Parts: sequence; C-alpha cells; structure tokens
Amino acid sequence: MAKLESTFKNMALSLVIIAMVAAAALAGVYTLTKDTIEEQKAEKEQQAVFSVLPEQGVGAVIVDTIISPKYGHTVYRAEKDGEFIGAAVKTSAVGFGGKQNIMVGFDANGMIVDYTVLDHQETPGLGDKISYWFKTDNGRQNIVGRYANGAFQVSKEGGDVDAITAATISSRAFLKAINEAYAAFRGDEVEAATSASQVHHEEVVAEPEEVVENDNLEKEADYE
Amino acid sequence: MSNALKTFTNGLLKENPTFVLVLGMCPTLATTTSAMNGMSMGLATMFVLVCSNVVISMLKNLIPDKVRIPAFIVVIASFVTLVQLAMQAYVPAIYDVLGLFIPLIVVNCIVLGRAEAFAAKNTVGLSALDGLGMGLGFTLALTLLGAVRELLGSGAIFGFQVYDAGYASLIFVLAPGAFIALAYLLAIVNKLQKKDK
Repeated sequence: MAKLESTFKNMALSLVIIAMVAAAALAGVYTLTKDTIEEQKAEKEQQAVFSVLPEQGVGAVIVDTIISPKYGHTVYRAEKDGEFIGAAVKTSAVGFGGKQNIMVGFDANGMIVDYTVLDHQETPGLGDKISYWFKTDNGRQNIVGRYANGAFQVSKEGGDVDAITAATISSRAFLKAINEAYAAFRGDEVEAATSASQVHHEEVVAEPEEVVENDNLEKEADYE
Repeated sequence: MSNALKTFTNGLLKENPTFVLVLGMCPTLATTTSAMNGMSMGLATMFVLVCSNVVISMLKNLIPDKVRIPAFIVVIASFVTLVQLAMQAYVPAIYDVLGLFIPLIVVNCIVLGRAEAFAAKNTVGLSALDGLGMGLGFTLALTLLGAVRELLGSGAIFGFQVYDAGYASLIFVLAPGAFIALAYLLAIVNKLQKKDK
C-alpha cells in the first residue's frame, strides 16, 4: 500500500483516528484495571495500618475509624485486650512532585512507633528516600521512637530533624504530614475522653499548650 | 538472517543509544542513582520501545508524513500509560520500585528517535528486533552508569554494601556526579571503539 499523502483531509483523519483508538484503548484498560488497583491500594493500606501499630499490631483490633474534620486524615484507633494501645493515622502532604500519602503509627502516649509511605511522586534517588530516611538511625534524622509534639521541623529551619540531603522540600512535606497526623491523633484522644463535638476538639488541638512542651511553643506558632 | 542479527546487535554496541547516539540523556542522568534504578528504567523503556516500534511500523503507511510526529507521540504515550496501569494492577510490588520512572519514558527521545529513524521505514519484525536491541543497549548502559554512581556515591552495588558509605562521596548520587560519571564512561567507550577500528 502506498503511503498516504499529506493532504489536509488525510492528516486530520489519520490523527483523529489514531487519537480515538488510543483513547478507547486507554479507557478500556483503565476500566479493566480500576477495580484491581483500588483493591491493591485498600489491601496495602490495611497492611500498613497494622505494620505501624505497636508490636506490629499483633492482637490489635481496630475499634474505631475517624476522619479528622480539619485535615481529612483517617485515624485508625486500635485496642488490645480492651485497652487503647495507639492509633495508625493515614496522613498526606504535598511534596516536591505531588502528594505524599503516609501511614504513621503512634502508641497511647504519642510516641511514633513506625511509619510507611503508601505512595508518593518524589524525585527518584532524592525525595523518594522519605520511605526509609526518617526511620534510619543517623544523626538527628530518625523520628521513630520519638514523642511527637506536633512541631517537627527540618534542622535548616531551626527544628531538630535532619532533612534528606538535596530533598528539603520533600522532607518538609513529610514532617508536615506527621505533625498533622499527630494533631488528628490527639483530636481523637480528647474526643474519647470528653465526647464533645469533633470541631471543638480541633480547636483544642490547635492550642499548642495542650500538646506541646513549653520550649516548643514559639516554634509551633512560627510553623502555623 | 544476518540482517536481523545485525539489526539486533546494532543497538547493543555500534549504535548504543547512550554511549554512541547520546540520546535520552534526561532519564539517563536522572534515574541512574543506583544500579537497580538504572536497570529498572532500562527494562521499562525497552518494553515501550518494542511495543511502539511494532505498532508504528504497522501504521507507517497510514500516517501522512507531515503529522507523523504527533501521531508517534500519541502511540508512545498510550503505551506508557497502558504499562503504568497494568503494572499498578497486576504487579504492585514491581510498580512500587518502577512506578516513578514510568511517566518519564514518554519524554525519552530514544523511543521517538527509533520510531522516526527505524520503525517508520522497516518491517514489523525488524522493528521489533531493533526495539529489543536498542532497549537492551539502553538497559546495559543505564545499569553500568547506575553501578558506577552507586559504588562511588554510596559504596554499594545493587544495594550490597561494598565499603563503608562514610567514605563514599555523595556528589556521585547527585546531579553533578551524573555528568561526571557519564562523561568518563563516554570517553572510555569511545576509546575502546576506536581501538576496534
């Protein structure tokens, strides 16, 4: 078959047809894979919930799932033998390349047990180190085992957490997500104690005196 | 047969996309922070390269010359998105490692370059072989560059620690190291090829 000539009609037609076929193929594959992708994500999230709870969530039961009203983060409250042992919080922040979704676990006292990055769009080789950087013991970069105070900041801005080399924006977003997660986590605790309205709790959380050690007060104010 | 073999090995050595054609430098420099990352990017690119070469060589007579570039880009971008969706659904473990690199393949000019220079003029079979050869050559080059940078930058190869990371120089993991390492590799490869002649 001879090659089609570059007349206006031929060009328009062939482009339209190629674009339509491509769009149809993409739409088809998207529909086919959509459910599976959602399932994979949900399953990964469920595994992540337990992996960040104290003792890897062995024997833990999720008794309550709360969406924090201020940030929209999901808080999974866990109990073991009828006793509150902590919560996993699904949190997010916008990093360098897009949204970071992180699952972070706190024990009943607000100590960070573990975290796992569900998905992110950070630069390969630089920002994508968030998945392990903040739980590696080296200098002041590890946040696992520390008590969250809602005011983690990178050391460059006067905080006490070392940021990832060459990925300060990704690190800053990550810490923001952790801080918000802690606020969401605290919000639930207050609710459990007082059973007042959720909006009210967020106001309580926003008051740093309730949550933060005094020496961090000013930092919290700056950060906000 | 010898023609097919020649087409296949062409991409590996004589016209290696990275070391000889010096095409696709953007993903080459950006993703080779470790040997594993380089290899992953290479393999994903190879897959797209083979698929788009095959489809474009089939369509070559239906696409008028003046609009061939947009047509090729649509085909390539569609394949990249298909790969991304399929991997996300069926091999999530691999997607976790490769996921970030997949969209980068669209802007890899090797894919468009081979579509333009080879697939648009040759048969389906030869185009598939060309895609395979070029893809393998690209994978080899990226793995080599990734290994060099990982060894010098973080003291490891494929994640296995070779020496204390404290003695490694971070610059090789960052952008300047990519340029330095690539330049030296290019020089070495050119020297070796000159000797052959």
